[in-house]
Formats: sequence, structure tokens, C-alpha cells
Amino acid sequence: MTIENNVLVKLTEVGLKQRNKWLVKGVSLIVERGKIVTLIGPNGSGKSTTAKIAIGLHKNIEGNVEKFTDKIGYVPQKISIDWTLPLKVSDFMVLTDELDEEKINEALKLTGADHLKNQNLGNLSGGEFQRVLLARAVSKKPDLLVLDEPVQGVDFTGEIALYKLIKEIADKLNCGILLISHDLHTVMTATDHVICLNGHVCCSGTPKDVAMNNEYKLLFGEQASQTLSIYEHKHDHVHSNDGDIKKN
Amino acid sequence: MFDDFFIRALIAGIGVAFVTGPLGCFVVWRRLSYFGDTLAHSALLGVTMALAFEINIAISIFIISSVIAIILVKLEKNTNLPGDALLGLLAHSALAVGLVVIGFLSFIRFDIMGLLFGDILAVNVDDLIIIWGGGAIILIVLKIIWKPLFASTVNYELAEAEGLNPDRAKAIFTILMAAIIAISIKIVGLLLITGMLIIPTAMARNISDTPKKMVIFSICGGLLSVIMGLFSSLQFNTPSGPSIIAAALFLFILSLFRIKQSIQLKN
Repeated sequence: MTIENNVLVKLTEVGLKQRNKWLVKGVSLIVERGKIVTLIGPNGSGKSTTAKIAIGLHKNIEGNVEKFTDKIGYVPQKISIDWTLPLKVSDFMVLTDELDEEKINEALKLTGADHLKNQNLGNLSGGEFQRVLLARAVSKKPDLLVLDEPVQGVDFTGEIALYKLIKEIADKLNCGILLISHDLHTVMTATDHVICLNGHVCCSGTPKDVAMNNEYKLLFGEQASQTLSIYEHKHDHVHSNDGDIKKN
Repeated sequence: MFDDFFIRALIAGIGVAFVTGPLGCFVVWRRLSYFGDTLAHSALLGVTMALAFEINIAISIFIISSVIAIILVKLEKNTNLPGDALLGLLAHSALAVGLVVIGFLSFIRFDIMGLLFGDILAVNVDDLIIIWGGGAIILIVLKIIWKPLFASTVNYELAEAEGLNPDRAKAIFTILMAAIIAISIKIVGLLLITGMLIIPTAMARNISDTPKKMVIFSICGGLLSVIMGLFSSLQFNTPSGPSIIAAALFLFILSLFRIKQSIQLKN
């Protein structure tokens, strides 16, 4: 427990083969406390599979998964609640853990979903549902948060706000986050390490490194890389109170 | 008090309704009504085994139903047949084999109608002990596995990811299903058990907005069905098991008016 003190989960050369096809192969990654690791890649590139391997949802895998915590909060990519099961947001919040009223309210407020507390889950819109899912995962104060496309269906301004929030959560709870996104552009500011997947690890590094990487450009097109660099450019200076602009 | 056959029937029916209420909710939520049917059909084989080897009927049914459930899980893993085809295969095979075995046991006098549709008026004190004792155990176990079972009913991966061990909960729940069928076969019979599990629950869904309320209303619906069914069977001299299920259906129809109202309110 010296160097690995902050490591929450460590994947070494993991792979999963189903029906004679490798869904992912040779993926290694480490999620540390207080750090956000983002998996990006096109559809079917194995992002969700990799995340599921990390939290032990897939058996019969190749490679090695070491988990150093059991306190996991998970936001799955898709969740559908059958009509036969009447479930309010407040019931859903305590699904896997006992929480008192105050903690439920606090978590819902954090993700801007406190007004939904007494709503039936079936009546929520896509974006509202995502906020509730995120609130539920955060409410139990996990060591490791695994978020599979947590902002899908959320409007654009809400999306940026939620990513900002995820960043804040990582700092506040001092937890590690494994984030899945198909859009590097928006997660840019809220991530420490990016892993670009396409069945295997295409490239990885800081968001900027990945954006500049040739393999990334090949996968997502030159365009993606350019928008990104413009976006990044905006952040190379600060505005001081007297209107002066200072370079970082 | 237990001398009167009608009182015994009432106590037995009430005992069963307390257990079918919560179990029925999971049957509906997890879409297991045909699975319940399959286990119930296999109960016939259990009864013939009990008669052939002179063991307790409830225990024999419990064992056979559990075996059928295990076979189902194995088949699901090892064949590509869809789940409903496998269930049909097992249900009717067990029923047929049971009837064939009865054919061989010609030396035993056997009330097949009582087995198919229940014989609640013939309940004796031993049956009451099995129903209330077994029912209490089922409810206690269900209470223990409630959290993982419910969480995995909502979303399996979420429950698994957050360390709740849904597979174990599911396996235990399957055993509970076999147990409820074993103890309630005498009340409504093997053809109507699934009705007792799902009709009060379906009624409860129409008038509840939380899982807890649904469980409570489901129990209430079952209790009312038993009481109404038994009294009307006494009054009109109708078969008691089917009368209970018919009463449950009546309650379900009533609940439809409530849901119509709530839909109108929403619009």
C-alpha cells in the first residue's frame, strides 16, 4: 500500500471475447482517487464494455482487474423502468443503500433535480432522468464513480454545467471517476486523462495530447481535432478585473 | 375453533394471501408469471411422487419444483431456445409425466380435480401449520433478500456493480417461488396458483404509486379475494378455489376505474 495507495481500480491488458469476436482487447488503465479518466471512442469501440469490466460486470475476461474499493457508484448507459413497477425518485435514491432524507435532498440538489423528488421515474424526461441517475450514484459518497455517458439527453448548457459538476464532485468527494463520452470537446475541461478506444487503446494522454494525436484525428476526423484546439485556445489566458488580459 | 372446516379454510386462505401478495409483486415486476405456471405444473409430478413414496405432499412439491427450476436455469445456459419455449417445454412435460405416473399408481385413489383447482375446504390442522409456518419462513427470507432482489429488479447491472450480489438473491427467490407453490397448492390448485400471485398484484398496480404501497395493496387484495371467494362459495355452493380467483378478478376490474380516473387527471 505505498505507491498504490491512491489507486482505486487497475486494469492490466484486459480483453473480452464474445461469439468469437473481441469486443475489447489489451486495455490497461488506472483510476486514481481525485482523478478523472475519460474513455472516448466511436460507437461499438468497447467503451461501455471496458467500464463494465472495471467494475466486475463481465466474467470470463482476459487480463487482470484489481479493485481496491467496494464503494462504487454506477450510472449505466441505459436504464428502463417497467410500467408495472411504480417507482418514485425518492425510492430510487435508496435503491442500493440506506440514506437519510437529508442526504437524498443534498444529492438531488447537487445535480439540480431536487424538484423531481416526488415524481414517478416513468414521467421524467431523458435529461431529468440522467440528473437523477447521477444524484443517486453520488449520494452514497462512493470512492469510485463510473459514469457511462452521464449527460445524454441533457441540453447543451446543462451538459457543460453537469461536466463542471462532475469535476467538482471528484474534488469534493475525493473520488476517482471513470467517465465515458463520445465527445471529447465537452469533457475537455473536466478530465485529467483521456483514453481513446477503438477495440484497443488507440492513444491516451492529456486531453490536449489526444486531440493532437494522429490516430485520434484518423478516428474522429480532422474537424474534431480543430474544434478542440480552438476550444483549448480560449483557455490560455485570464481576464483580470481591470479588463487586462494575462497569458497563463 | 379449528374444528369447523370453514374456519380452517379461511385461516389457510388468509395465510397464503399474506405470502402471495409480496411474492406476486416480484412475479409481475420480473415478468415471471409463466415461470410460476411452469413450477405449478410441475407440482403434479411432486404430488405423485409424494403418493408413490409416502412422503409429505408439500415437501415433495417443493423438491420437484426446485429441481424443475434448476433444470430451467441449466437449459437456459446450454440451449439457444427462447425462455418462453423452454418454460412451455418444462411445464407441459412435467404435467404429462405426472399424469403418466398417476396412471401407473392405479392402486391409489386420487382426487385430480382437487389438485388442479384446490380443495381448501379439506384443509386440516397439519396443513395450517405448514401454510403459516412455511409462509412465515418465506416472508422472513424475502425480507432479508429484499434489497438486492428489488435493486436487481430495477436494474441488474446497477445492483451488481454496487456490490449487492443479485444472482444469489435471484436463486433464493426461485426457491421461495417453489415454496409458495408447495404450500398453496391445496388452496387454489395448481392451475390457479399463478392467478393468486398476479391478479391481486395487477389490481394493486392500478392503485399504487410506490413499490411499498403496491405490496400492501396486493396483500389486501389477496385477503379480500380469499374472504369474498370463500363466503360466496358457501353462499352459492360454487367451487372455492375458482371462487377466490373470480373474486380477485372482480377486484381487478374495480381497480381499472381508478386508473382511468388518474389518467384523466393527468391529462
